[in-house]
Amino acid sequence: MTSRRVLITGLSTYWGGRLAQALEADPRFAAIIGVDKTPPKVELQRTEFVRVVDQHSLIRRIVEAAEIDTVVDTRLVVDSIVTAPRLAHENNVIGTMNILAACAGSDSPVRKVVFKSSAHFYGAQQDDPAYFTEDMERPHPARIPLERDIVEAEAAVRDFAERQPEATVTVLRYANGLGPALRTSHTTLFDRGLVPMLLGFDPRYQFVHEDDIAGCLEHAVRNDLDGVYNCAADGVLVLSEVLDLLGKRALPILPPLGTGLAAGALRRAGLHIPAEMLNQLRFGRALDNRKLKATGYRYRFTTRETVLKLREHQRVAPLLRRSGESYRYEEEVEEFLRYSPSVRPLARETGRRLVNVPAGQGGAAPAQGSQVTAYADLGGEEVVALLPSLDGGDLRELRDHERSNAGRSGVLEAIDRILDGKG
Amino acid sequence: MQREPEDGAPATRDLRDLLPGIEPERQVNDWGRSERVEGFMDRVLYDFYYHLWFRCEVEGIEHVPAGGGGLLVSNHSGALPPDGPMIGKAIKEEHDRPRPLYMTVEHFFKGYPGFSMLLPKIGCVPAHPANVHRLLHDERQLVLVFPEGVKGTEKLYRDRYRLQRFGRGGFVAAAMRAGVPIVPVAVMGAEEAAPVFGHVPLLKRLTGLIYFPITPTFPHGGPLAMLGYLPAKFKIRFLPPVRTDDLGDEPWQDRSLVQTVAQDIRASIQEALVDMVATRKSVWFG
Repeated sequence: MTSRRVLITGLSTYWGGRLAQALEADPRFAAIIGVDKTPPKVELQRTEFVRVVDQHSLIRRIVEAAEIDTVVDTRLVVDSIVTAPRLAHENNVIGTMNILAACAGSDSPVRKVVFKSSAHFYGAQQDDPAYFTEDMERPHPARIPLERDIVEAEAAVRDFAERQPEATVTVLRYANGLGPALRTSHTTLFDRGLVPMLLGFDPRYQFVHEDDIAGCLEHAVRNDLDGVYNCAADGVLVLSEVLDLLGKRALPILPPLGTGLAAGALRRAGLHIPAEMLNQLRFGRALDNRKLKATGYRYRFTTRETVLKLREHQRVAPLLRRSGESYRYEEEVEEFLRYSPSVRPLARETGRRLVNVPAGQGGAAPAQGSQVTAYADLGGEEVVALLPSLDGGDLRELRDHERSNAGRSGVLEAIDRILDGKG
Repeated sequence: MQREPEDGAPATRDLRDLLPGIEPERQVNDWGRSERVEGFMDRVLYDFYYHLWFRCEVEGIEHVPAGGGGLLVSNHSGALPPDGPMIGKAIKEEHDRPRPLYMTVEHFFKGYPGFSMLLPKIGCVPAHPANVHRLLHDERQLVLVFPEGVKGTEKLYRDRYRLQRFGRGGFVAAAMRAGVPIVPVAVMGAEEAAPVFGHVPLLKRLTGLIYFPITPTFPHGGPLAMLGYLPAKFKIRFLPPVRTDDLGDEPWQDRSLVQTVAQDIRASIQEALVDMVATRKSVWFG
């Protein structure tokens, strides 16, 4: 456990948000800062969001000002339905270079970079091995724009790792993600009753559940893993088996020849099958996930269980859609909750954070103990700013605690002053 | 606080324990092999061909290892080669501990519609060195390779029982790396069961196949006529295994040693074939 101050680039991506949620439950991460172009899509307790469009000078300033030691880059676009190819290139190649530039330099506080990549790095081709291991390269140069960009982005990361030998650089190559909250070209495909397939092909498929996507990222932040790691669930299914589990019927309408043209026609009919997916529908792909498992990570779901989870979600999705409840980031509210002196510290620290803090702070009860842990992280001035929000009993308790621990005279005086005022 | 070596290769010994567990609810394994399809093929085709049509006779089945990885190396022939499935069936029928057999096939089939769907289901795996290594070393399975490759199946009837070149000995290197024994196998009968009389290069190009043969039933009988084998008598002889784990450190780096072992194995199969053909009285009755 070396990591304490984390910057998440791409906070508004699904996995960025999930990672922030997971980390903020642990008080050992003193600072969690997220940057992105758009506001976060999940509710966050103490993660600070800064709106930055991949400008490396701004990110550099944030990194230095907050003394960031760990940068987690989750921005990579790994699915062509997310953005137009040109924007994806801007984000994946130029954006990655900018972020790495912001972390580079001998005076940089960054000690660790975790880069979320994709198995599209390997592509899907005829002469692939059945399982890609981390040291393998794709057999032919990438031709599909998205794959080319990912290869280029990883080359930049490798270059960074060579220039900063003292920094831990982790690259996580993910198999296709699947889960209730994810919208990928595969989930849109699987949402149909009849799933278009390539005639005469039954490719091998491996997925990774959304919880494991966040789990692997968190694992890489908590442990120092140098190098490249594949992230994919145990088990490889063939597509017909996947459809069986989902209760769907296969519709082999894509011809083996002129597949691109047929996909273009389908696109006009409203189903977008991107080029990288066509290759997977033809040749399939699987990863050897044992290197990451050897570092102690345990996947929560196998590929089969991941597909079954999606099936469960597909059953209840029509019911949930009507309730229409989703989170929206409100800047003023979030700032108020984080910084206003009127917000009581207990309220500020509500939720997961209190529950998950490790016990063992003296003889105090668990809840109180955790409160005290959080308190110890606060500077003198911060404590003083919080004092008006406490009532008399709490203030007296706090005074005793302060006296027996840090004993900062400024804090003690301030407490006395307020207590005198309240009479 | 985990630090892995950058190349990842040395750690494979421990990685064997991290192979994914078996999910009993599944009918298709991680290689795409399907119990259901294989069972169907076994009942409908293999049983018939093995017992009635080819009347397979097996020698030396005890040379096939009962546990751990093992690399079977066989001669290869016939337009749609029946030798692979018959060797697999022989192990299933005659061996004390019947084990599944994985067959390596050309990468070509992965890209050809139909074949791509069917072949993995009946235990075929593209002949990538990494695939063979994982099967032999990590999963401790039996793998059957045909080092002659396409050169074996496309060779004409007049060249029967003449072994073609054994590639670059990649299969020997694979066995050495995995530290598993090599079992040479000689199959007699497949040459006469599916003789190739000629090739049609134009049709080969039009269909995109690796070769377009003329056999007694193909192409005039349609694609399924490929299964129309002549009832030649099959004899399968498993030869004594060749150990590869006693050749010193990293023997696969020694190109000449690899070539020598490959040549020895090729010679032993050729010798067995000549012996079997010499003692056979009839092509059809053995």
